[in-house]
Amino acid sequence: MTFRFLSGGLTGGRIVMLALLVAAAILVPVLNLALPESHPLHVPTYAVTLMGKYLTYALLALALDLVWGYCGILSLGHAAFFALGGYAMGMYLMRQIGTRGVYGDPVLPDFMVFLNWQELPWYWYGFDVFPFAMLIALAAPGLLAFVFGWFAFRSRVTGVYLSIITQAMTYALLLAFFRNDMGFGGNNGLTDFKDILGFDIQSDATRAGLFAASALALAGGLVIAVAITASKLGKVLIAVRDAESRTRFLGYRVEHYKLFVWTVSAMMAGLAGALYVPQVGIINPGEFAPANSIEAVIWVAVGGRGTLVGPIIGAVLVNFAKSWFTAALPEFWLFALGGLFVFVTLFLPTGIVGLAKSAAQRLRRLREPQTPGRETKTPSEMAAARPSEQAAE
Amino acid sequence: MAKAENLLYLDGVSVSFDGFKALNNLSFLVGRNEMRAIIGPNGAGKTTMMDVITGKTRPDEGTLRFDGRIDLTAHDEAEIAGFGIGRKFQKPTVFENQSVRDNLKLALKAPRGPFATLFHRDDEAQRTRIDELLATIRLRDRETDLAGDLSHGQKQWLEIGMLLAQDPELLLIDEPAAGMTDAETAATADLLREIARTHSVVVVEHDMTFVRALGVKVTVLHEGSVLAEGSLDHVSSDQKVIDVYLGR
Repeated sequence: MTFRFLSGGLTGGRIVMLALLVAAAILVPVLNLALPESHPLHVPTYAVTLMGKYLTYALLALALDLVWGYCGILSLGHAAFFALGGYAMGMYLMRQIGTRGVYGDPVLPDFMVFLNWQELPWYWYGFDVFPFAMLIALAAPGLLAFVFGWFAFRSRVTGVYLSIITQAMTYALLLAFFRNDMGFGGNNGLTDFKDILGFDIQSDATRAGLFAASALALAGGLVIAVAITASKLGKVLIAVRDAESRTRFLGYRVEHYKLFVWTVSAMMAGLAGALYVPQVGIINPGEFAPANSIEAVIWVAVGGRGTLVGPIIGAVLVNFAKSWFTAALPEFWLFALGGLFVFVTLFLPTGIVGLAKSAAQRLRRLREPQTPGRETKTPSEMAAARPSEQAAE
Repeated sequence: MAKAENLLYLDGVSVSFDGFKALNNLSFLVGRNEMRAIIGPNGAGKTTMMDVITGKTRPDEGTLRFDGRIDLTAHDEAEIAGFGIGRKFQKPTVFENQSVRDNLKLALKAPRGPFATLFHRDDEAQRTRIDELLATIRLRDRETDLAGDLSHGQKQWLEIGMLLAQDPELLLIDEPAAGMTDAETAATADLLREIARTHSVVVVEHDMTFVRALGVKVTVLHEGSVLAEGSLDHVSSDQKVIDVYLGR
């Protein structure tokens, strides 16, 4: 069944990407854990964690590509779904600290003791159970997206107006999560995590495990995204992107399609956030910052929107550049990022993957200089050829 | 269930935009399996009439009924398309980034919900139907090409093919011959006559040769209401019609 789903959409680049992710999920932990530090192929733990973080960003970029690249919804608030997933994971990790916190309260996290709270707020119940926390990491962003999308798409808010309200959504959440009485740690957020599923969160093995989980989650996200975009539903999404009102006149309820892909995308972003938090060790309201969502848009644009593989490449490359810049030339990073966005918009509208595709096409044409057939015929030639065909009939 | 004799029934329909009356007390009937041509100068309300029928624009007043029982003013575009009203736009609007075949696949009559399309599977009957349509619109050899690469005339034909794929009872066709060569125009008229044997068709057109080739009853619109109705010869000898439209 899954195979049938995928058969149409698994092109060369996507198969390579899936293979790479699965290989990385196995090889990187092995090279980190099994080889001694002196070995030339040893992967240091800080690099494992850094790459794991990039992969969660890549999953966020993939989720964004699903709505922006395939349905034309430019979300400037996708980091909100990412952060919500992160908070769900953070709440689980807080409950795992137990008596090891500064105040040693077996139930209440440190910040609640500090605020003189007497008991756990009801919305923290159940977060000591990992499966429940993971369910919420998917359900909370999914529900927010569903409610937001229900109103926005039904009222036919599109284009730049929709982008602006997604930005407002993430900004509103930023302000809300800053408040101490929200019960999510306010300004400081959630941190000082000790262990996850009983494993020490600082240990090499746990970090390698989290890396593998991120790589596999990204591979799984890619499979789902390929299945969605290769199905007839995917064709309807592209139809909505290119000619929304035409799609309506064909009898499709455009708002239902948008709501479907928007909610799926938000849940994917939530999963990315849940994997991100244990690797960076903190979640705070800063993750809701509008700039984060905009950065995610840049990753997608750089890699190539509407390609699925492109945003993964874009997220990893841009974040690699960011890590390098913020270490070597910290004051220039924002200029470099802005310049990159302008450059891609002007000269690489289809991103890195689009560039590679058109280069491959040109190469193929060079190799077979005269291919007779329809590809070489221009539309006007076709039109010119047609009246005679009709006369012959 | 007895079927209504008139498939489409418009009575006293008015629409105004910022005080400008685009439709003014328009009344208009289309019978079952009838083809009707609509002519009229620019701004006569031809496109607004199609917008009102297909649910894009709500009328300020008036009655719109489809098949005698459905009140079209109470439904939106997607529902109206589901009742069996298909529309071809003045400017050919196809899905440019998808193949000719996929354009027809999207239009093909089938469940329209997101879960139905997510789990959709092509079957033999649908493939055969698309092959037939490709033959009808003479785009068989271009089925894998992107719709955006077609010539203007071919896009018009693809859009007509998409209309047929929906299998509507009523087809609203806005300027099908625009931008076509004489041979293409003649072939389009043949195709529409063929379609009208089993469907009701409303054609808006400026090209008089084309309207003559259709050989059907003509309605002349002017300032949002019906100025004259009858055969092309009848309306073109009408002095009012000559004054506002043909004579200019």
